[in-house]
Amino acid sequence: MEPKAKPEAEYVLRLDGITKRFGALVANDAITLSLRRGEVVALLGENGAGKTTLMNILFGHYTADEGRIEAFGAPLSPGDPNAALAAGIGMVHQHFTLADQMSVVENIVLGTRPLWSFNLGKAAARERIRALSADYGLEVDPDRQISDLSVGERQRVEILKALYREARILILDEPTAVLTPMETEALFATLKKLVAAGLSVIFISHKLGEVQSVADRVVVLRGGKLAGERVTSEATRRELAELMVGGQLPVNEIGPPSPGDVLFELRNVSARGVGGSALNKVSMQLRGGEITGLAGISGNGQAALAALMAGTLDAREGEIVVHGAAARTWSPRAALDNGLGRIPEDRHATGMIGDMSVAENVISEAYRSPRFSRFGFLDWKAAEDFASGIIKAYDVKCPSPDARVRLLSGGNMQKLILGRALDGDPDIILASQPTRGLDVGAVAYVHARLIEARDRGAAVLLISEDLDEIQTLSDRIVVMHRGQLSAPSERGELSVMELGELMAGHGMDGDHDHAA
Amino acid sequence: MRLEPRAASSATATVVWPVAAIAATILISSVLVMIAGASPFTVFYLVFKGAAGSQFALVETLTRATPLIFTGLAVAVAFRARLWNIGAEAQLYLGAVMTVVLGTGAVALPSAGLIPLVMVAAMLTGALALLGPAILKTRFGVDEVVTTLLLNFIVLLFVSMLLEGVLKDPMGLGWPQSRRVVSEAQLPRLIQGKRLHFGFVLAIVSAIVVWVIMKKTVLGYEMRAVGHNAEAARFAGIPVNRVIVKTALLSGGLAALAGFSEVAGLKGNLTLDLSPGYGYTGIVVAMLALLNPLGVIAAAIFVAGIFVGADAMSRSANVPSYIADVMVATSLLTMVTAIMLMRYRVRWR
Amino acid sequence: MNEAIEILFTASFWVAAIRIASPLIFATMGELICERAGVLNLGIEGIMVAGAFTGWFTVYMGGDLWTGVFVAAMAGAMFGLLHGFLTVPLGLSQHVTGIGITLLATSLTYFTYRILLPEVTSPPKIEAFQPLAIPVLSDIPVLGPALFNQTPLTYLAYLTVAVVAFTLYRTPVGVAVRAVGENPSAVEAQGISVSAIRIGAVMAGSALMAIGGAFLTMSAFNSFFFEMINGRGWIAIALVVFGSWRPGKALIGAILFAAFDAYQVRLQQITGGVIPYQIFLMMPFVLSIVALVVVARRATYPKALMIPYQKGER
Repeated sequence: MEPKAKPEAEYVLRLDGITKRFGALVANDAITLSLRRGEVVALLGENGAGKTTLMNILFGHYTADEGRIEAFGAPLSPGDPNAALAAGIGMVHQHFTLADQMSVVENIVLGTRPLWSFNLGKAAARERIRALSADYGLEVDPDRQISDLSVGERQRVEILKALYREARILILDEPTAVLTPMETEALFATLKKLVAAGLSVIFISHKLGEVQSVADRVVVLRGGKLAGERVTSEATRRELAELMVGGQLPVNEIGPPSPGDVLFELRNVSARGVGGSALNKVSMQLRGGEITGLAGISGNGQAALAALMAGTLDAREGEIVVHGAAARTWSPRAALDNGLGRIPEDRHATGMIGDMSVAENVISEAYRSPRFSRFGFLDWKAAEDFASGIIKAYDVKCPSPDARVRLLSGGNMQKLILGRALDGDPDIILASQPTRGLDVGAVAYVHARLIEARDRGAAVLLISEDLDEIQTLSDRIVVMHRGQLSAPSERGELSVMELGELMAGHGMDGDHDHAA
Repeated sequence: MRLEPRAASSATATVVWPVAAIAATILISSVLVMIAGASPFTVFYLVFKGAAGSQFALVETLTRATPLIFTGLAVAVAFRARLWNIGAEAQLYLGAVMTVVLGTGAVALPSAGLIPLVMVAAMLTGALALLGPAILKTRFGVDEVVTTLLLNFIVLLFVSMLLEGVLKDPMGLGWPQSRRVVSEAQLPRLIQGKRLHFGFVLAIVSAIVVWVIMKKTVLGYEMRAVGHNAEAARFAGIPVNRVIVKTALLSGGLAALAGFSEVAGLKGNLTLDLSPGYGYTGIVVAMLALLNPLGVIAAAIFVAGIFVGADAMSRSANVPSYIADVMVATSLLTMVTAIMLMRYRVRWR
Repeated sequence: MNEAIEILFTASFWVAAIRIASPLIFATMGELICERAGVLNLGIEGIMVAGAFTGWFTVYMGGDLWTGVFVAAMAGAMFGLLHGFLTVPLGLSQHVTGIGITLLATSLTYFTYRILLPEVTSPPKIEAFQPLAIPVLSDIPVLGPALFNQTPLTYLAYLTVAVVAFTLYRTPVGVAVRAVGENPSAVEAQGISVSAIRIGAVMAGSALMAIGGAFLTMSAFNSFFFEMINGRGWIAIALVVFGSWRPGKALIGAILFAAFDAYQVRLQQITGGVIPYQIFLMMPFVLSIVALVVVARRATYPKALMIPYQKGER
């Protein structure tokens, strides 16, 4: 995006000395940031750097402990989303703030009419929405229910919500995390139009590549502090990476794979999961000593595939074949007994039980074994020793095996999950969004352990929405679209754009049995 | 307003907050007492005296605490697994029915055999009563709160039907009451001439057994895991549905013991007014005890004391004994608030 | 057998059915509003007791009937405020708080009754609402008297359903209530306070529940006695599920249920004591459980029901 902000363009936004603490954690430390009219500023930083917190403060979800905000020259009332909206600030949240069982119009109109009014004004709203859609290339049918929309369409609704309320400053929080490469291009085109119409944009991201193509200026946060500011065209990728991480970006060495036997196979499996995620006669083979990457936009069946493999979802038809033998029944217990190590997508909801201790969590898959229980009684000493071992081996920072897991940071929780899953040297590993929300160090750690497992001869299935991660780690790539898998491609065989096409469903008309 | 989790709750916090809850309860009840036209000091003194001011009072309190320990345990066990057993009342009555069915002469056995037999049968009946709603929950996803609540009404009508029909005492002058339990099935009195009976000992033993189960056994671990996060438990391979069923069996059995104990130890027969709401009060007892089985003993004695003391008080002061129910309900609400404040700090921004 | 079917064609049966349905309609609409906003209100049984007493007592002390209804509603709203405060900003367990409110409202009511009326042996009576026939419409055979020769409180029940439906689907506040039960962060992001909407909804719902209780002491009967509500609150909770959280369907459920209840009373008279009367009294509760099982699989409940909302991220 080329139009640079002219030096004379006035400031539309000033954040001054913003500090925010959550208990002992300083999420934002005296951050100062400004935005000029027509500018696109990228807020760059790894997960946990404090970007979302800062924007939540701007939008009024939180109140800063110290500091001031000025929007269009006037002080902004803290802690009040209404004030932010009235001042012309709109936010497209990372996790969409939409009510699924209601229509697009209802979601957009929510909060725009006085609560004591009898009239919803749907007709007028529809007209305005259609006009905005046309002007900015955000096509969506106002009367459709949110639950029927694709992820990309839902994001358009989020943007329309802000535009409907006449936002002059638009904040976008990690908007491309859930988009195909083509949808990302479309989003950038929309941003161009918005800027041309006089809006100013703050774009939160942890992806260097994007930031460089979209932003005029980059503000880098690290560990809650302002690490630096650069004009994009004058900064190198390496410079930004170093600001972001505070040193060199860790790089994992990955040698050539040595693919062995097929250890896990799905044959013509169909299933229907929670929230509509579905598999449609899917066949897939995982070979030992190899990382198979499953790419795709969320909502295309990855959740169902992961749940099926993990044992929490039953197949409607088809076979699961482990170590060459067809499994008669399949469950989490069966998966564990067959040597699977599983890393679930959501560490809080599915991976760990927050209110239980580290030790209690670490034995949750193995507590039945004689090592931890005899005659129905648990050996807590053995459990604690085991937990101490995992804590050490996987570099988990926590006060003691007794500490409640809820208190651990995301990265440490994920390392614990990794430890529990990999401890028995499983030869089939399911890693579902394993680095979501983790800082760069933790990401590198997880990647290193997965590569290590693969080099030991394990078959690894990596499900990720992050195309970069897929491309870096995978020896083979399959793409998921609408419950069906593409034919696998070797590392480097397909370009990002070609993968993007597959993710969008073009070119999937081929033979689905072609999964070998 | 925001809630921020506290890093660790100190030992003092675990005492200070519950005490604050009780203090708040007393304060609120004092206001009501004053509205009733009496002095709070007099009233609370009388309540205390009526609950623990003499050997007679103390014995009465412990007697009243016995069924509450059982129902408190039943609720604590269920709530730990997030199984909302509001039907302890029904399970209690069914336990009482089974006690009367087997213990009024149908089975001829000496005490040593009859009492355990009746006890186990009662437990099974209560267990089955909660099994129904539990299976409806696991199989059909039907919320157990409503089903257990509705069952309370159904079972009470069922008992009424039995007492006017099959179980009716032919020597009872027409009142709807059951036959008396035979002496071999009776629980012995602990103190000569007083109402405290062996059921109290059974209750204490049950509490200890439940404590061991929750802390040391695989089942206890599974129950707690399912109660905290059923989805994560399922992922880890814990058989969630089976755990819920086992929890239901244990919880229902414990509540039924309350019925068994009241019939075989205290009343000797079954009437419709056997329980003045022990099943519901058990919920308060369980929450006051923070769902801790040993804490249930203390909480049950405390709540029983309030009821016994209030009964005595209302005979001399002009305050309706319903003040006890108000106090108990208030202490439930203040206690859950205190538990939350123990774990979270309130932040105004 | 013929007599059993003939019952269905008598006006008196349907009149009774609508009369029995009225408190259920108030209670169900009240709970529906709470649950749509994402809050389960198990205080319903106790709130109905409180409403029954306060409404009746206001009239007993000389107030007019509509003032009594208003006072009952206010009593309900107060308990609703307590429930809302404990469960929304403080985030306490909705199950436990609800049961606590039921215990509190019930015990407070009995306590107050004993203080205010210490000497009574049989419950005192008031001049309750009398049936008010709507001209022309009440002359329609069977359904006429059933629907249009009821007390004004029953007419208020009809109005309530219409108002609730209209509000939920066609007004800004209704959209906010539905949204807060689906995804509270959607509401927060549009500048509306989640707490305010939820507490407001629970207060409004609780006021309706209390009116449902008052119906029993001011319209169906004319005195207050203990154990009067007898589980109607819990049945209303089942009816909300049965009606898929939609006012129209819940209304139909309430009427069907009440018809069944009216029917079993008449059936009892016909069979004349062969079957124990308790079996008949059990039927409504059994039916509620059956209704829940039947609907359970398909139930699309408000997604944020019973999940406390914490501002911002986890």
